[in-house]
Amino acid sequence: MSPVLAASLRVLIAVGLMMANGVMMIYMLRKVLGHLHLRYGPLHVGWHGLLQTPLDVVKLLTKEDVTPRAVDRWLFRLAPLAVFVPSLMAYAALPFGPGWSIVSLDTGLLYTFAVLSLVPIGLLMAGWASANKWSLLGGMRAAAQQIAYEVPLLLSVLPVVLIAGTMSLGGIVDAQQGLWLGVLPRWFVLNPLGLVAFALFVVAGLVESNQTPFDMSEAESELVTGFATEYSAMKFGLLFLSEFSNQFILSAIGVTVFFGGWMLPWIPVEWYAEIPVLPAAVFIFKVYIGIFVMMWIRGTYPRVRVDRMMELGWKRLIPAGLALVLLTGFIQKAVM
Amino acid sequence: MSDPRNDVLGVGLLGEGLHHPGEPPAGIRRVPTGVDGLTTEHLIINMGPQHPSTHGVLRMLIEVDGEEVIAAEASVGYLHRGIEKLAEHRRYNAIGTLMDRGDYVSGIHGETALALAAERLGEIEVPRKAQWIRVLLAELNRIASHLVWYGTFGLDMGGMGQFLYAMRDREALLDILEAITGQRMMFNYVRPGGVIADLPAGIAEKIRVFTDTFDAYLDEHDALLGGNEIVHDRVKGIGVIDREKALAFGLTGANLRAAGVDFDVRRARPYDAYAEMDFEVPLGTTGDAWDRYQVRMGEMRQANRIIRQCIDGMPEGDHTAKVSRVLRLPEGEVYASVESSRGETGIHLVSDGGDTPYRMHYRAPSLFALQALEDVLPGHLIADVVMIIGSTDIMLGETDR
Repeated sequence: MSPVLAASLRVLIAVGLMMANGVMMIYMLRKVLGHLHLRYGPLHVGWHGLLQTPLDVVKLLTKEDVTPRAVDRWLFRLAPLAVFVPSLMAYAALPFGPGWSIVSLDTGLLYTFAVLSLVPIGLLMAGWASANKWSLLGGMRAAAQQIAYEVPLLLSVLPVVLIAGTMSLGGIVDAQQGLWLGVLPRWFVLNPLGLVAFALFVVAGLVESNQTPFDMSEAESELVTGFATEYSAMKFGLLFLSEFSNQFILSAIGVTVFFGGWMLPWIPVEWYAEIPVLPAAVFIFKVYIGIFVMMWIRGTYPRVRVDRMMELGWKRLIPAGLALVLLTGFIQKAVM
Repeated sequence: MSDPRNDVLGVGLLGEGLHHPGEPPAGIRRVPTGVDGLTTEHLIINMGPQHPSTHGVLRMLIEVDGEEVIAAEASVGYLHRGIEKLAEHRRYNAIGTLMDRGDYVSGIHGETALALAAERLGEIEVPRKAQWIRVLLAELNRIASHLVWYGTFGLDMGGMGQFLYAMRDREALLDILEAITGQRMMFNYVRPGGVIADLPAGIAEKIRVFTDTFDAYLDEHDALLGGNEIVHDRVKGIGVIDREKALAFGLTGANLRAAGVDFDVRRARPYDAYAEMDFEVPLGTTGDAWDRYQVRMGEMRQANRIIRQCIDGMPEGDHTAKVSRVLRLPEGEVYASVESSRGETGIHLVSDGGDTPYRMHYRAPSLFALQALEDVLPGHLIADVVMIIGSTDIMLGETDR
């Protein structure tokens, strides 16, 4: 296969994954929220409403794409892409199984976070270009919150990098093989340092993926829909899709770094690593558990106030993350 | 960009030609501040009338520095239907339908205020049973209304669950109200002289099922919002309307009682059968949004208590006095008020002896709360603005009339 063809195929796989996830997650969100809220969610289009989301995609694709007169046309068109492309790129390094990633990188973790850190630029563009004050406020909030929480997010995975000794996502999964004291799986979440790191990761991850209780930039009850207010049709679809995809990616990173990636607990790796598709299925299942928890939180909790959130990030989480990294370093040094 | 009416983004949002062509309205200051030769401007934002959290069609013009509100101006009238004027052309029995559309979430109270005014002016004796039915319905309606407030208060904070949980209980209430009045919200049930129809058979059991479960459900609601640390963080200490301010602005209802003023029309000027009821009036201390929340939750508990007393002690008798179909009231004027879900809802009737009012004034408690908002909002964040509006439980249907 020519390298160009191979590369295109990989991109296509990433796009397919993103789309499939988006559709699946929106359906899941509607169902989960519905049942949490004493209602059913979609029920009539297809079996238990299964076709509702695909048809909504069709609707978004065929709807009139309104561009308000006052917008900055170039930025307005570019912004959804600037949001969409990084979150598509972030799929590249995820380890779906042993050796199963779109691109295998030695610094996969760093790459994923680096790519995700481009998202706020797109959001800010969307907010500014829309010529709408609510959009502007939403874009500003999005940029502020994502920049503030990138630091604790990175700090929360650093202890694991120190323990595992690698930045490759596949390598981190491999480092979680076997059992602690013959009882517990060697997942980093079951390591005391890892557990604290995981707590940090959950908070920072919820902010990064713009989820309740930290969905500041959308905050429909405060900012109408934030940066997405003026967008319609598929431009809105892209913004929406990349948000769901970010949620998937953060859950995937959480699973990879703290929950043993594609590995099953207690069962020796050799038994199932060669079975086709099974590791990937395990991985995606775990990721969806993470997503379910996020939706659960979304269905239950109100939103934190924006200044409180920033305070939490700068004043609490960053010092805590730094202290944790330092502590992990000392312990690693002492043990080795 | 150079047009002075436009802001930083080149968009005119002061409603060119609407109210204030060119010039910012009074109360809204436009202060450019310069730092190192760079000019920054406060942003003037139009919040509403289509904003999702202005509870209907309130339009708030807010001037913000970043996210902090510097000045606020409320603008009402987007839902004006001319209820007071329309009432001048309707017979007294037909004005109830207008009152339902005033405060449309608690229509019984508006109807009762009108009926009380007409009865006082016409010196109509209301049978005891009719009075008890009115109290029963008023309290059922109070809970239904407060549940809407509770749900939207949660929505304002971004919590969707609370709203739908509140709607579950409200649905049970609306079923009861529908069984009694035939309508879910626009009841048209209370008439001068009594109520339009007797209670249907078997309704007491239905209500009892509700009252027996509601206390437990209310604890659940209270745990969902009041037991959540995020809510405490967002609600405590914001939107303080203290005793002096509340009295100065003429607030009534839960907004006034949250500041510690013990004034409840049901106590101060008992009407219908309230003198016979045993209930407490929950009071707050500081008058912040948290106190308003607590007071309303307490009111729901008390309302449930009154409902129980009503079904236990419902007297026998007629549901209405003998009132002629075309009611003519003697010349004169009268003011009657009730404690509605939002405060003192009053009707000032002026009659010239005909079969329609000469003039009817509708005192809407939300309008007073709205005036206080302009004073309270500056200094808060946009996120708080939404919460404060939510905590005062304003109803645009009655402010605009």
